[in-house]
Amino acid sequence: MNMPLLKTEPQIAAPAPAIAEVLRFDPVKPGYFKAKILPRLGAVAANLLPPLVMLALILAVWQILCMKPGATLPSPTKIWSEAYDLIVDPFFVAGPQDIGLGWRVLTSLQRVAIGYGLAGVIGIMLGTIIGQSVWAMRGLDPIFQVLRTISPLAWLPISLAAFRDSQPSAIFVIFITSVWPIIINTAVGIRNIPQDYRNVAAVLRLNHLEFFWKIMIPSAAPYIFTGLRIGIGLSWLAIVAAEMLTGGVGIGFFIWDAWNSSRLSDIVVALVYIGIVGFILDRIVAFVATIVTRGTAAN
Amino acid sequence: MTAYLKIDHVDKIFNRGSATTEVLKDITLTVNKGEYVSIIGHSGCGKSTLLNIVAGLTPATQGGILLEDREVNEPGPDRAVVFQNHSLLPWLTVYDNVRLAVDKVFSGLKSREERHAWTMHNLDLVQMGHARDKRPSEISGGMKQRVGIARALAMEPKVLLLDEPFGALDALTRAHLQDSVMALQQKLGNTVLMITHDVDEAVLLSDRIVMMTNGPSARIGEVLDVTLPRPRKRLEMAANPVYLKCRQRVLEFLYERHRFVEAA
Repeated sequence: MNMPLLKTEPQIAAPAPAIAEVLRFDPVKPGYFKAKILPRLGAVAANLLPPLVMLALILAVWQILCMKPGATLPSPTKIWSEAYDLIVDPFFVAGPQDIGLGWRVLTSLQRVAIGYGLAGVIGIMLGTIIGQSVWAMRGLDPIFQVLRTISPLAWLPISLAAFRDSQPSAIFVIFITSVWPIIINTAVGIRNIPQDYRNVAAVLRLNHLEFFWKIMIPSAAPYIFTGLRIGIGLSWLAIVAAEMLTGGVGIGFFIWDAWNSSRLSDIVVALVYIGIVGFILDRIVAFVATIVTRGTAAN
Repeated sequence: MTAYLKIDHVDKIFNRGSATTEVLKDITLTVNKGEYVSIIGHSGCGKSTLLNIVAGLTPATQGGILLEDREVNEPGPDRAVVFQNHSLLPWLTVYDNVRLAVDKVFSGLKSREERHAWTMHNLDLVQMGHARDKRPSEISGGMKQRVGIARALAMEPKVLLLDEPFGALDALTRAHLQDSVMALQQKLGNTVLMITHDVDEAVLLSDRIVMMTNGPSARIGEVLDVTLPRPRKRLEMAANPVYLKCRQRVLEFLYERHRFVEAA
């Protein structure tokens, strides 16, 4: 029974004809507009429409709630008419204290830039040291954990006493508020450098500086940026509060000033400015993070 | 012939709190220049610890490592390691991973152009020149390991240390990479010390197989010379009596005389 079966095998294994008819239907090519523009517009609309609809709803509810006579807070339409100049032109200059909110935000941003910049540099340096050394970690971590819970405003009198000037005090408050998350996250990132990378560095005999730039910073970058992102949010929170107390030019002082002269509409506009600027700051740091840490995600 | 690499009476004791574990006991092994030596044993027998001691990543408790009659006790590019999990830096491209090693080892010896050429030469050796601009996350496990090998070779090490280099790969990729390593060693004449737990891999690749007993206090149980001529062809080996005998011998050692005992 086996023999005939074996004999038929070569026939089965005979090569199939190499050329087979290939059928192909070229797809109908849609126009450029239909293929490229339309889907993109759709995607943009899908992202933009829901928040816009919600915004309109919130404004409508707000309008209804604040329309009745005797309302304590201004309605959106009232704000629009009262604070029209502040809304439409952020960069007008009508006098030494009568300037657009854009200028005030820029002044505040300047303070944030200095304080946050210092916090970034010092925070990453301290975090690196603490992440490297078990003893520095044991000694400093409890102290940092206590210090970081102190409200930015609580630091202000101390810094005013130390610096005797409002400008450095405000910057110090920014610094002291945003430095803790940067230190702590950097330290965690440094501690979590995989042993593999340390081994590679050891075999290559990288010196301390090379190890710092080529292994430590890239490896800890996702953690460092988490700290930086929390830090920028905190410093923007702190600057408004600090400026309210220290005075001068700035978005925080503007709110305090408006409150003292009962310009509630101006306050609401300033709040919107603060929110939008804070959002943009957060996005900028997040954007830098995605560029810098691209490729550092685990393989 | 004096030994090129000598592992001289190495003991390793780990202290954790009050508990001490003797991992390695009196390991003495010599490797000649151009020789391919495999160390095989069950997991947990301390073979990776031994490789780390040779690499200088872990200090020996007793004894030491001699390379060309000079003691080495810290890591260095003369003993390049190919790590089991490739250990490429994920933020660098394939090229930059190798280039980092080349720049470090040949910083004062080669010009910029020469270092570039040497980097590309080593990538081409492992057939990874085409992926030079990719990041490790964008290439397969086998390719990553190739780049790891290129990085190690680029250091022009005196001894190439392979720590279960094919362990994390699927069977087909593994066979392919083993053939590549064999061809490379044939071509370059590297001295290789490889850790493995794969019997076929050990017999196919090695000139000598060092079998380790189970830990704690693991020692060298037996050393087997593999006298098969090179180049060796995987398919021909399957029926080669010497190959089968060697294989049988290692299997007997691992599964009869020193059966793996699950730690309690």
